[in-house]
Amino acid sequence: MGVRQWIEGWPVYRQFAHGDLLGRGAAVKSGASDRLTARTATADKVVKSVCPYCAVGCGQNVYVRDGAVVQVEGDPDSPVSRGRLCPKGSATKQLVAGSGRVTQVLYRRPHGTEWERLDLDTAMDMIADRVIDSRRRGWQWDVDGVRTRRTMGFASLGGATLDNEENYLIKKLFTALGAIQIENQARI
Amino acid sequence: MPSLGTSFGRGGATTFQQDLQNSDCIVIEGSNMAECHPVGFQWVMEAKAKGATVIHVDPRFTRTSALADLHVPLRAGSDIVFLGGIINHVLSEEKYFRDYVLHYTNAATILTEEYRDTEDLDGVFSGLDTEERAYDFHTWQYDGTEMRAASGERDQQYADQTRGGETVRQSARGEAHGSGGAEVGNPVRDETLTHERCVFQVLKRHFARYTAEMVEQICGIPRDTFARVCDALTANSGRDRTSAFVYSVGWTQHTVGAQYIRTASILQALLGNIGRPGGGILALRGHASIQGSTDIPTLFNLLPGYIPMPHARSNTDLDSFVAAESTHKGYWANTRSYLVSLLKAYWGEAATEENDFCFDYLPRLTGSHSTYETVLTQIAGDCEGYFLMGENPAVGSANAKLQRLGMANLKWLVVRDLSLIESATWWRDGPETETGEIRTEDNATEVFFLPAAAHTEKDGSFTNTQRMLQWHHQAVEPPGDARSDLWFTFHLGRRIRQKLADSTNDLDRPILDLAWAYPTKGEIDEPDADAVLAEINGWDANGIPLSSYEQLKTDGSTACGCWIYCGVYAGGVNQAARRKPGGEQNWVAGEWGWAWPANRRILYNRASADLDGKPWSERKALVWWDAEQGRWTGHDVADFVADKSPHYRPDDDARGPRALSGIDPFIMQGDGKAWLFVPAGLTDGPLPAHYEPQDSPFRNLLYRQQRNPVREVTQFVHPDNRLQPSGDEPGSKVFPYVATTYRLTEHHTAGGMSRWLPYLVELQPEFFCEVSPELAAERGLKHIGWATIVSARAAIEARVLVTERMTPLIVQGRRLLQIGLPYHWGPNGYSVGDAANELASVSLDPNSHIQEVKALACDIRPGRRPRGPDRVALVRDYQRRAGITERTGTEM
Repeated sequence: MGVRQWIEGWPVYRQFAHGDLLGRGAAVKSGASDRLTARTATADKVVKSVCPYCAVGCGQNVYVRDGAVVQVEGDPDSPVSRGRLCPKGSATKQLVAGSGRVTQVLYRRPHGTEWERLDLDTAMDMIADRVIDSRRRGWQWDVDGVRTRRTMGFASLGGATLDNEENYLIKKLFTALGAIQIENQARI
Repeated sequence: MPSLGTSFGRGGATTFQQDLQNSDCIVIEGSNMAECHPVGFQWVMEAKAKGATVIHVDPRFTRTSALADLHVPLRAGSDIVFLGGIINHVLSEEKYFRDYVLHYTNAATILTEEYRDTEDLDGVFSGLDTEERAYDFHTWQYDGTEMRAASGERDQQYADQTRGGETVRQSARGEAHGSGGAEVGNPVRDETLTHERCVFQVLKRHFARYTAEMVEQICGIPRDTFARVCDALTANSGRDRTSAFVYSVGWTQHTVGAQYIRTASILQALLGNIGRPGGGILALRGHASIQGSTDIPTLFNLLPGYIPMPHARSNTDLDSFVAAESTHKGYWANTRSYLVSLLKAYWGEAATEENDFCFDYLPRLTGSHSTYETVLTQIAGDCEGYFLMGENPAVGSANAKLQRLGMANLKWLVVRDLSLIESATWWRDGPETETGEIRTEDNATEVFFLPAAAHTEKDGSFTNTQRMLQWHHQAVEPPGDARSDLWFTFHLGRRIRQKLADSTNDLDRPILDLAWAYPTKGEIDEPDADAVLAEINGWDANGIPLSSYEQLKTDGSTACGCWIYCGVYAGGVNQAARRKPGGEQNWVAGEWGWAWPANRRILYNRASADLDGKPWSERKALVWWDAEQGRWTGHDVADFVADKSPHYRPDDDARGPRALSGIDPFIMQGDGKAWLFVPAGLTDGPLPAHYEPQDSPFRNLLYRQQRNPVREVTQFVHPDNRLQPSGDEPGSKVFPYVATTYRLTEHHTAGGMSRWLPYLVELQPEFFCEVSPELAAERGLKHIGWATIVSARAAIEARVLVTERMTPLIVQGRRLLQIGLPYHWGPNGYSVGDAANELASVSLDPNSHIQEVKALACDIRPGRRPRGPDRVALVRDYQRRAGITERTGTEM
């Protein structure tokens, strides 16, 4: 280490030499923090998104590296949010990449006391069978002599974080199956 | 949104968040915006920085109150009296915007001679059928013509408009009998506003008893505080100034909730604040796409674009349905083109002119089939399967226990979520397994938990609180078995269709004929969300994307999945994905995302200009008539026929949009006017009237009628849904306090998206109840200690937070102490606690079928709640002490 480097490594020197007299800025940065880089700087790509919590609709920039979300920031371009996010929006990374997520299908058989594993394909097939059976059992061509052409055999309740496209397919499919008890958080 | 819909024509916020910066006065009521919509709140602060007065009306002093110029504490459940008092002040002091009121509202319209007001009938309106507990709305009509509703309970007029058409009993609620007729001719008007049956005079008489004294007695608001609100609002409304109202579920979640919003609608129309910059009513929705979930509904009573689901009739076909649901004038006159285009989107090639475009494939309603009725059908065993997609009713719905009992009686349950929420695990570790009411080994429900994909793992659009669609792009692939609901629904449908492919049974035709060929992509065969959006937008006979709902046809040559979203894919471009930076646009920012309808950001904005099409003032200019170009122009897209002159007057035989004149800004309404008085579309009255909450420590001082006479309560009589005595009834003193539920900024709704996030759990680690020092002293509660809160439904425990923020009020000469309860907790996740919704009863608003959780009479006591069966015994003990039977609280 040369003398010059040694002197410049001394924060007090930097405070005077670089005009940061009160030592509140770059002058007090240590070598370790100087070498830190933000996850946003090393991301492979930034994807435009929208916060999934309340209905303000804040813009989000999703930073991705090696196929994983590494950071979620407010989008300064959004005319609604102007780059801001609230505590929930700021915690979005933990929502999408956190420890609380379950990523396997779980199955509880009737009277079962524990969860069991099931593969997704089998689960989908079983659910399709359940829908077909319950739909038939609950079928009503008419009620009190008036045509209803419907089933009371199954119901659905969706959250209001569903995309419009998802709601559209849910309503379309279940209506075609004759279900009418199709509801949403919007009622609640 | 039956209230905004019936008042103005569309069930959506009339304005957008950024426009709040142009307000001169903002009243936030039924909302803690700074806490629950903090980023949107920046626009309130922008207005304040420019000199606007900010008023917060709320039982609690909150983060919003802290930043307001004036906090007005009131008793939870008394807002109609407060707002009605302001209306009375505006009318009696002649502070209304006369030109606006006269020409843009139905103030001048004369009502039938048969109409009787709450003034005449001691608190109820004419047409009340006490047997059925329903109103016949006929006497609420205009003289000489019958209006049809653009929104709300449109089914009630079916019989009139189809000349017959018997419906199955329950769905006949509020339905027509006897008179009625087609909506033809013009309403009779009195331009002097002096005719005793004109809406303006009826309004004056109706609200005359909503005096400052009543506001003080019922809401607990001192007169000088009330006067300050009246002065701020009226001084900041008129040609040159505008005021805005902001509300959320603090208004909707009551047994008379729709009428809260109606009261604000009347007030804003009288003050001339609708359709103008800095004005309007901003409904703040609490979920990313609540607005979208009603626009493209997963709701029992609606098809996409607010087309009603058909009810069961003896003669239902496309013609009679369209005849019943169309209006004569305005845009609902085109109902047939919206519906036929939807049926084409649903059933494609199979939908033809000859088969009524498969109209018969639509299942029919026989009354209310809301989520709460569904729970009863589950308990009864009729509904045996249940899909929960991103919803946690075991915590999030009123009377959460009833929800769990419904689930416990299912054959199968599918839960799709990010984490193991309580609705997926009640069978092993729910409150009833602790009390012994559910034994895991005895319970036969088969449960599938399917992990869901997060918003970063899929493409799609949310519709935010200001009707704006914004596209979120997929960033990464979903992990493991996690899939989008788009994937789940598409592949479930595909499998069911495969399994039924050989069926010749007629009941399988609708599912087999369904247009269900969506392109998929990637290793997991994810359906292309862009293609679904394109179907929602619609296309013509050549498959070319449509650009406007004006292009929709009745002959089946156009398909469109949601007519109000038509244009979101104009030119084959995903308009919801537009992201021109806000800094490069004016404040309207019309090139960011896309808002329905037709990318208009302030609804009814024709009303921002005077009769001649000139802005009411330069300061409040938004859109105006450019006579040279022969077009409306301005900062926003005009919510009006672009080339309809303000001087246009229709012929008497004109129909549809052409039948509205150049001074009819409310283009969805059959008369083009804002409805101060709602002649059709609401089930509980043409005007708001104050009724006490279902469970209230007070009697109704305004009328002999205690509660909303047509609230939905008798169908929910159940041993686990007992109601409480109110007012002077014996036993009501057992529940002397009023609790209100609310949200914290660090948590989200029933906790499914927040209780599993370590950051958020660290910020708000535990369920608590907020009480005043007076209440703490009265009941011996210790700060940070435990309290047990009890209603006729449940006993829950919470940590005690003693603050001065819960202002004690003097109501009817008595000191009222209130309790605040955040409702985010349940037994699962990194932060656990009891669910506040255990306390609430299922008692619903008759228009929206929404539960009352914002005003609950209850008791509070020190210490933790009992464990095991003793918890149930404590509740039974309270019921006994209050003399509660199955009839208590069910009186009309």
